[in-house]
Amino acid sequence: MAMIEIRNVSKWYGEFNVLKDCSTTVDKGQVVVVCGPSGSGKSTLIKCVNALEPFQQGDITVNGQSLCDPATNLPKLRAHIGMVFQNFELFPHMRVLDNLNLGQTKVLKRDRATARDRSLELLKRVGLEAHAQKYPGELSGGQQQRVAIARALAMDPIAMLFDEPTSALDPEMINEVLDVMVALAKEGMTMMVVTHEMGFARQVAHRVIFMDEGSIVEDTSKEEFFGSPRSERAQQFLSKILHH
Amino acid sequence: MNYNWNWAIFFEMSPEGTGTYLDTFFWGLGWTISTSMLAWSMALALGTVVGVLRTTPYPWVVRLGDAYVELFRNVPLIVQMFLWYFVLPELVPKAAGDWLKQLPNASFYNAFIALGFYTSARVAEQVRAGIQSLPRGQRMAGTAIGLTLPQTYGYVLLPMAFRIIVPPLTSEFMNTVKNSAVGLTIGLLELTGRARAMQEFSFQVFEAFTAATIAYVMITITIVLTMRWLERRVAIPGFIAAGNATR
Ligand SMILES: Nc1ncnc2c1ncn2[C@@H]1O[C@H](COP(=O)(O)OP(=O)(O)OP(=O)(O)O)[C@@H](O)[C@H]1O
Ligand SMILES: [Mg+2]
Repeated sequence: MAMIEIRNVSKWYGEFNVLKDCSTTVDKGQVVVVCGPSGSGKSTLIKCVNALEPFQQGDITVNGQSLCDPATNLPKLRAHIGMVFQNFELFPHMRVLDNLNLGQTKVLKRDRATARDRSLELLKRVGLEAHAQKYPGELSGGQQQRVAIARALAMDPIAMLFDEPTSALDPEMINEVLDVMVALAKEGMTMMVVTHEMGFARQVAHRVIFMDEGSIVEDTSKEEFFGSPRSERAQQFLSKILHH
Repeated sequence: MNYNWNWAIFFEMSPEGTGTYLDTFFWGLGWTISTSMLAWSMALALGTVVGVLRTTPYPWVVRLGDAYVELFRNVPLIVQMFLWYFVLPELVPKAAGDWLKQLPNASFYNAFIALGFYTSARVAEQVRAGIQSLPRGQRMAGTAIGLTLPQTYGYVLLPMAFRIIVPPLTSEFMNTVKNSAVGLTIGLLELTGRARAMQEFSFQVFEAFTAATIAYVMITITIVLTMRWLERRVAIPGFIAAGNATR
């Protein structure tokens, strides 16, 4: 069953064509890694999936609901799609626990006690229950990103979107974040992950999408991608990121 | 210079017959404080709304907010006070105009409303700048967890924006107090007006303006100390001021 279905999406920033007729699907429980050179439109594509970015042509459906359908309640739909950003984007004025509680109480209307229990459970899962009362600024980058993942999970998402979740991290912190993501993938979470961490892709991805200049150039199984990517552009790209 | 210092003047009766000069000074201080406080509350409320409107994703709302700021910020305060006080009553239907003219303390209402609108445009500018100084991803993060636009402002953007703009708001607050003196041009008997009256009646110009200066300085110090206390109270552990926030 398709959880995320992207059909012929095109987007322009003024004259500039960021996304060119992009189509792909992510099935329930699948992990799809999106890679490609800087400026190729990866972030833009993933932000279209939860309608953080509008697009001018095509359609995206999530769990059968079309983003273009005026009847779709976008805030409600977004609440069920977890999103993790490159720069964490925790709310700096709230304690870690309150970062996790906010969406649960204000959007899902859970009562405070239920939300708190769920938050603590998730913080424990990402190994940060001891930091529940701290402010984001008191945590390391890796810890902040794990909190951000827990914040997304607190909404009980049906799918998770990651936009380069480890690229703002110091190398020694990358693995603690990847470990959490691998565990999620293994539990069967539907994930769309923009990343250049090819180790992660090899380990858990089902498919790899390669983008260049706004187009989806390759959309293949992981085995095929790492075995014999067809486009020359993807081969160049792979050789660059695998050799440093 | 042959000046006859006389500090005891404050204990002499003022010719207005409402008490000593000192009493009139305290009345003036009262008007200065109430005009400033009301104008400031109004400016904070209106300025926040307009500042927020100017950062919404709706271009026509943004333009409306921009127009508001340009209007109230660029017309000199003294002109705005005259417009409210002398011109408005002539523009509205006659009955309403007459009612406005004989309102008790009309100069007070007009002064704080004019000052409130004027200052609200300046506050709106600070609020806009504060919101726009936040990382773009903050708004996205709020939206992504399903918050509506008003919720995103209320829980995510404004709490940070206000923390960032405490220093410029402090000086806007102090400006409001100083600008309240313009009220004397429409007959508000605030602190500066009282100093002038005392100078005219008693010729003790230095005493009068020394007293006024001391009063203004005291108000200013109170504001600075209050805002510093507020700034410390809402400071976030581990957060380095925006702009050079390290991640
Ligand atoms: N708000 C915007 N207005 C105009 N152009 C934009 C805007 N946002 C992004 N772009 C442009 O769109 C293109 C795609 O941007 P996008 O962020 O999706 O790339 P990316 O593949 O995620 O790159 P990176 O690896 O650097 O994150 C870039 O050329 C970028 O300059
Ligand atoms: Mg990107």
